[in-house]
Amino acid sequence: MAAGKEIRNQIGSIKNTQKITSAMEMVAASKMRKAQDRMQLGKPYATNIRNVVSHIAASSAEYRHIFMEEREVKRIGYIVVSTDRGLCGGLNINLFKAMIKSMKAWHDEGAEVDICTVGSKGSAFFNSYGGNVIAAVRNLGDRPTAEDVVGAVKVMLDSFGSGEIDKLFLVGNEFVNTMTQTPTIHQLLPLNPAEDEDMKHHWDYLYEPDAKELLDGLLTRYIESQVYQAVVENNACEQAARMIAMKSATDNAGDIIDELQLIYNKARQAAITQELSEIVSGAAAV
Amino acid sequence: MATSFHCDIASAEDSIFSGEVESLVAAGSLGDLGIYPGHAPLLTALIPGPVRIVMAGGDEDIYYVSGGFLEVQPGKVNILADTAIRASDVDEATAEKARQEAEAAIANQDAEFEYSRAASQLAEAAAQIRTIQQLRKKLGG
Repeated sequence: MAAGKEIRNQIGSIKNTQKITSAMEMVAASKMRKAQDRMQLGKPYATNIRNVVSHIAASSAEYRHIFMEEREVKRIGYIVVSTDRGLCGGLNINLFKAMIKSMKAWHDEGAEVDICTVGSKGSAFFNSYGGNVIAAVRNLGDRPTAEDVVGAVKVMLDSFGSGEIDKLFLVGNEFVNTMTQTPTIHQLLPLNPAEDEDMKHHWDYLYEPDAKELLDGLLTRYIESQVYQAVVENNACEQAARMIAMKSATDNAGDIIDELQLIYNKARQAAITQELSEIVSGAAAV
Repeated sequence: MATSFHCDIASAEDSIFSGEVESLVAAGSLGDLGIYPGHAPLLTALIPGPVRIVMAGGDEDIYYVSGGFLEVQPGKVNILADTAIRASDVDEATAEKARQEAEAAIANQDAEFEYSRAASQLAEAAAQIRTIQQLRKKLGG
């Protein structure tokens, strides 16, 4: 019964795969919870610094920072936040598709593109797809820190400051819920913070030491915090996507096992029936 | 006139304090500064040092921040604390590292993992050495 043995082996190997995927699903579920917590912890800072920056934009400052200048767009930059590992469904590829669409739109308007990638998948993809990757950060792990993104952000900010790029976008996944993650592209530079109606009257901060130095530091921190928040959020998305992908892989493995089991049983019964009929016809012949 | 104001201390990775306070003293870049209710709008850089707050009711509390920014708005104070020890040298090193990573990925697409890991470890080690050297210089020996 050679076919039967083969099927049994196949069932065995699929069962092993199923064990692995269901373990990965559980790991992803617990990591997702932690990643969500981190996302929540980072929120106050991101909100506060956004408020401060919108206050600055609303104030009647005597000094306008270079990050607030609108320029003619000849070259744009993207910071794309991807994952380090695979097996997380279509998370990365959906993000890259959205970004390519936006890149194409800018390309049609005659703008060149520079890319900064965060995460291994992004740098691997854009190196093979073709794109001018000028900075990359990889292997951030499950607990990314704000320090990790500082270098990459600095490369992009320097290039904006020196006038090489005229716009900077942040591309990352937004965590809607466990089932849904949507790719988002949002503009980091030049800054266009939300207008606050309460702040319309004429006022300005006292700056210590002076406005230029202070805004340099503050706006850099602001961009860093936005990127960090995107990294943390993408991490939560990654775990959620992996959890769902592994859950459906486990379910699929279960379906295949059921099917194979049915085929195996049928083959076994067929073999028994055949043997019986051989014996019976043999006896009849005697 | 209000006798207290709202104060938020947050870092990029964690929210440190949030509540009503009567006054606070922080280490600004131009020297220590005390904030009481009714302070004019102010934006200042902070140097590494303690932030002492007196909460509504008179209890004192001290937090350490390794630099950051302090914003005063009418009725509200925001402290945006840094988590990392920041020096322009360290920033430079990490920027250089990010550039290297990109170059490494282009040059070595097949052996991507091993090479990039080695490169990043090398860059990290170099950055740490620089930080240590700086700290030594600061401490005078």
